[in-house]
Amino acid sequence: MTALPKEKRSSGSKGDLVLKAVVGAAAVGVIAILVGLGVELTSGSWLSIKTFGLGFITGSTWNPPRDIFNVFPFILGTLITSALALLFGLPIGLGVAIFLSERAGRARGLGAALGSLVELLAAVPSVIYGLWGLLVLVPFMREYVEPTLKTYLGFTQLFNAAPFGLDLLTAGVVLTIMIIPTISAVSRDVLNAVPNSQREAMYSLGATDWEVTRKAVLPYARSGIFGATILGLGRAVGETMAVTFVVGNATAIPTSLISPGYTLTSLIVNQFGTTTDPLSDAALVEVGLVLFMLALVINFFARVLVWRMTRSTKFRV
Amino acid sequence: MTSINQTGRRQEWRRVFDRIMKGLVILAVVIAVIPLVLVVWDVVAQGLPAITLNFFTHNPPSPCSTGQIASGSAMCWGGILNGIEGSFLMVGMATLIAVPVGVGAGIYFSEWPESRLSFLSSFTNDVLAEFPTITIGLFIFVLIVETTRTFSAVAGATSLAIIMLPIVARTTEESLKLVPTTLREASMALGIPRWKTIFRIVISTGRSGLATGILLAIARAAGETAPLVVTAGYLNFPPTGLFQPTASIPYIIYNFGTGGDYANWTTTAWGAALALVVFMLILNLSVKLFIGRKFAGVRAEI
Repeated sequence: MTALPKEKRSSGSKGDLVLKAVVGAAAVGVIAILVGLGVELTSGSWLSIKTFGLGFITGSTWNPPRDIFNVFPFILGTLITSALALLFGLPIGLGVAIFLSERAGRARGLGAALGSLVELLAAVPSVIYGLWGLLVLVPFMREYVEPTLKTYLGFTQLFNAAPFGLDLLTAGVVLTIMIIPTISAVSRDVLNAVPNSQREAMYSLGATDWEVTRKAVLPYARSGIFGATILGLGRAVGETMAVTFVVGNATAIPTSLISPGYTLTSLIVNQFGTTTDPLSDAALVEVGLVLFMLALVINFFARVLVWRMTRSTKFRV
Repeated sequence: MTSINQTGRRQEWRRVFDRIMKGLVILAVVIAVIPLVLVVWDVVAQGLPAITLNFFTHNPPSPCSTGQIASGSAMCWGGILNGIEGSFLMVGMATLIAVPVGVGAGIYFSEWPESRLSFLSSFTNDVLAEFPTITIGLFIFVLIVETTRTFSAVAGATSLAIIMLPIVARTTEESLKLVPTTLREASMALGIPRWKTIFRIVISTGRSGLATGILLAIARAAGETAPLVVTAGYLNFPPTGLFQPTASIPYIIYNFGTGGDYANWTTTAWGAALALVVFMLILNLSVKLFIGRKFAGVRAEI
């Protein structure tokens, strides 16, 4: 592609070396930032790591006045809200991707318009979803959705609580809205990378549109779609402001989906600056370190999966 | 004969199933679009009453009871001047840091793609682009806020710059890679050295893509809230220095939106949200003007 002749002209080699050194330094800088993140978060939380050890992530007491900072309930809150978001967001996001890559070619106008509307979802800042969630969605969930769920599904522990609005379920719904564009955009790229010969072979056997998608396209794109899902998960785990508005901010272990909870991210924002003692600062930075490691693992796997699907084909144009 | 009959029924069922699945796919699109419509509708409907000329020239109001608001007390009305100035200051500084570094890294990814550093850095860049921004905020908190012992515009701008960097780098790479190889070869064949080729030919051909990346990065930074909470803090006045707490529009939305039952605070938050959305819309429209269809893929990446 950009494979230029290896032997450089002597007249240009000095300028070439300078340019390569300068832009190479910028490329090194990108790596340095990630390394710096890990190092600084570890050093900033050292006091807390020393004090609580492994108890930090297994214990469930968060008591600033007594200087006890354990985060298990918040890890639980992050996992529950993210799982809800994937449960709702994956089918919808994948549906949008299928619409955009498999059908929009034929549906003109409306299809393209809907597609770019979904993309716009990603452009809305998360703090605005938070504001909307708090002032519009929360009352709606409290008045209509949650009483209904409680009436019909209250016999399960999941919905056995007083409807409050500010809770894990509402946070899950807001997160769903926010991860749909991630899942749909990446899945669409992956589906577009499926060679057309796959589809043509299936059509030539007399398959319907859906059978082509289901049997020839989706299996081929499986690992990429999995990657898109994990990217969505990464976004849900790291999402901060929107969740902070609606999750209810209660430090106890949540007892149902409609009880208030806390996530790792909202804990940081909400507790920040409430005290100035070094241990609580270190504890909040350690929460960031836990998030850092979660995000590193999640994004690493997602990127490997998505890259394998799209990188090789993307620039062939 | 029964087998023919069964085949016919199966064919029928396949067609119906095809229709059902197509319907479900369209339903998914409709469900995905509904929240966007609702959010935009509410932001416009609730935000418009807040927008007056004063809204852009005054600092946020004190909390007011409904009685005070009804009596028309002047202290109940305010705006987002401190946020506008703070946001412009911090996003501007962040752009100055992120653009040179990001464009540099992007040039390296696109022009030296075979090198090991390119692979490693480009992969890191993708990971960084999806990173929880609150962890980036905490990184800067430890690095700058704890050292200087104050929340500041410098700390806020640095965290925003780290958020912008991967976006600029990625879009630079993608738009430079779209420049035809033949152009590079033609230039090199004329004896023009590679660095001059890159500056004069490659970058100037790919510049609309570069501009797109920068605008997208600015849009992203302007809406970021979480990292600013732990780096820039808040001050109810416009910034007068670089090393003092600095307000921003998103922080105002957070602070006044969660500010309890004061109606004038909620109104301020909705108004700030509307201002932010309009700003985003302008940036997105500029992107649409800058880019042709060939950059459509670049957008989806972010």
